Amino acid sequence: MNAALRIIEAGPGLSLQDYGRPGFLANGLSRGGAMDPLALAEGAALMLMPAGDALAIEMAGVGGRFRAEGAALLIALSGAPMVAELDGVRLPWPGSFLLPKGAELKIGGALAGSYGYLSVAGLQAPRVLGARSAHLAGGIGARLATGAVLPCTPAPNPGGLKLMPEDRFGGGTIRILPSAQTDQFSAGMLARFEATEFTKDARASRMGARMAHDGEGFSQAEHLAILSEIIVPGDIQVIGDGAPFVLLPECQSMGGYPRIATVISADLARVAQASPGAPIRFRFVPLAEALAARRTAALHRKSLPDGVVSRVRNPADIPDLLSYQLVGGVISAIHEPED
Amino acid sequence: MPPQPFPTLHRMGEASLLLEFSDHLSMPVNAAVLAFRAAVEAASWLGVAETATSLKSVFLRFDPDLIDHTTVEDHVQALLASRDWLAEGLPHHRRLWRIPAVFGGDHGPQLDEAAAMAGLSADAAVAAIAQTRLRVLTIGFAPGLPYLGRLPEAFDIPRKTELNPAVPKGGLGLAIRQMVMFPVETQTGWRWIAQAAFDGFRQHGATPFALNAGDEILYRPVSAMEFDDVIAGLETGQDAMAEVLP
Repeated sequence: MNAALRIIEAGPGLSLQDYGRPGFLANGLSRGGAMDPLALAEGAALMLMPAGDALAIEMAGVGGRFRAEGAALLIALSGAPMVAELDGVRLPWPGSFLLPKGAELKIGGALAGSYGYLSVAGLQAPRVLGARSAHLAGGIGARLATGAVLPCTPAPNPGGLKLMPEDRFGGGTIRILPSAQTDQFSAGMLARFEATEFTKDARASRMGARMAHDGEGFSQAEHLAILSEIIVPGDIQVIGDGAPFVLLPECQSMGGYPRIATVISADLARVAQASPGAPIRFRFVPLAEALAARRTAALHRKSLPDGVVSRVRNPADIPDLLSYQLVGGVISAIHEPED
Repeated sequence: MPPQPFPTLHRMGEASLLLEFSDHLSMPVNAAVLAFRAAVEAASWLGVAETATSLKSVFLRFDPDLIDHTTVEDHVQALLASRDWLAEGLPHHRRLWRIPAVFGGDHGPQLDEAAAMAGLSADAAVAAIAQTRLRVLTIGFAPGLPYLGRLPEAFDIPRKTELNPAVPKGGLGLAIRQMVMFPVETQTGWRWIAQAAFDGFRQHGATPFALNAGDEILYRPVSAMEFDDVIAGLETGQDAMAEVLP
């Protein structure tokens, strides 16, 4: 039997995701791709694989049960930390692991954040319009269902690595820039928008996330007759009930609601990843700050391999050996307690 | 708000611009949009990654590490000033599609209602639609979904307030002097008047998106029986007829 990952039981929001398909807006297709692209790059780094080819199972809220078939598989867990067990032993998150042939991986609910990622070395999927990600709203690919068998390759290395994840799961202050219709909102409205504490509504999907708040909405009468216009992920539409709605990578290509602002690219995954109910504020920043954040994020992604370390400590690196309780025997990369 | 002068160039966040030619749709405005986008594509400015059009605007996405906002804005303004875009006419090499469609009956259950709202008999409405060369004004909302216009003024009817639960692939919706042709089964408030034999999004095909903004469509009314034959032909690779416009 060829190496494959079998989905024994699929959670409700599993799909294959890569970096999406930019370039098809003129055809009515938004770029799609992972809600948290950094998690794809983290998964690749943990498996010592190139980040550019990353493809992973994105898990919204909860994972499922998976089994290695045909060979031992190399996997990585990244993004929103979830309760993961390998044959009943709890796994630290994020990290890479060897999944022995026949072993069962169980991934439960998210402890923080919204989207967890299960990367598998050599995971294969057909390309449509140049990418392998499912675009559910656009009818490309489908949710992964119970019984699916995903071809991959035998483990090229034993894993056992970890990295320090960037905290992006609790909401917080999201940096924004003006968009095409921002100047149609009054200065008072914009000031109130920045001063309002929102919470991420539980009604969020790959298309967008509604921001809930107490008090008046952000609609203005003159916006009712607006003609549909091109939208991009990050744009914040003010929907019919006056609530801001942040568009995420699988949004439609056009929208008829006015847009009060747009989230900078470096902060968009924080919106997607924020747990339901997490506090969110918006703050306008100068363009230069947005561009600097974009470059910093790109550098961080590139430097991920440098931050990957073994979960098994090298005794030479531990300053005071006596302060650690040294457990006898070999510490397995798989059957390891939480760090 | 004071009325804005058009065309207006807006920044959309850190990597996009929107050049808005008007705040309302007209055929000349849409033609200017299509012509301007064609000129931007032809100019292929370094760092511009993607262009697209809506009914009334041209969108540009660029890589801010390769080209900065003010440089793209200078390029756009210079191109804008180089000619009268409202008089420019449509770009070349657009295509005219002749697409068979069944109007009314099970293939378009709201034809009678839409015709009545337009003050026409169903037959007269179908004849008027079949005589109109409809321009693909823009493509959006769903992959390969064209907005077609414009129909005669009589067809300026509103969308329904409740949604049609499931208009099939190829279904034609009518409202506000426009038609839409659904590439997949869709929920919609547009009145469902016909079904066309056309595959608007062939995701595994060599040409996934057959239509481009600016193309034109003439619908040819056919019987339900002929429609079934055309659909069978589509499945074996025979496509709707298209000719390249000068």
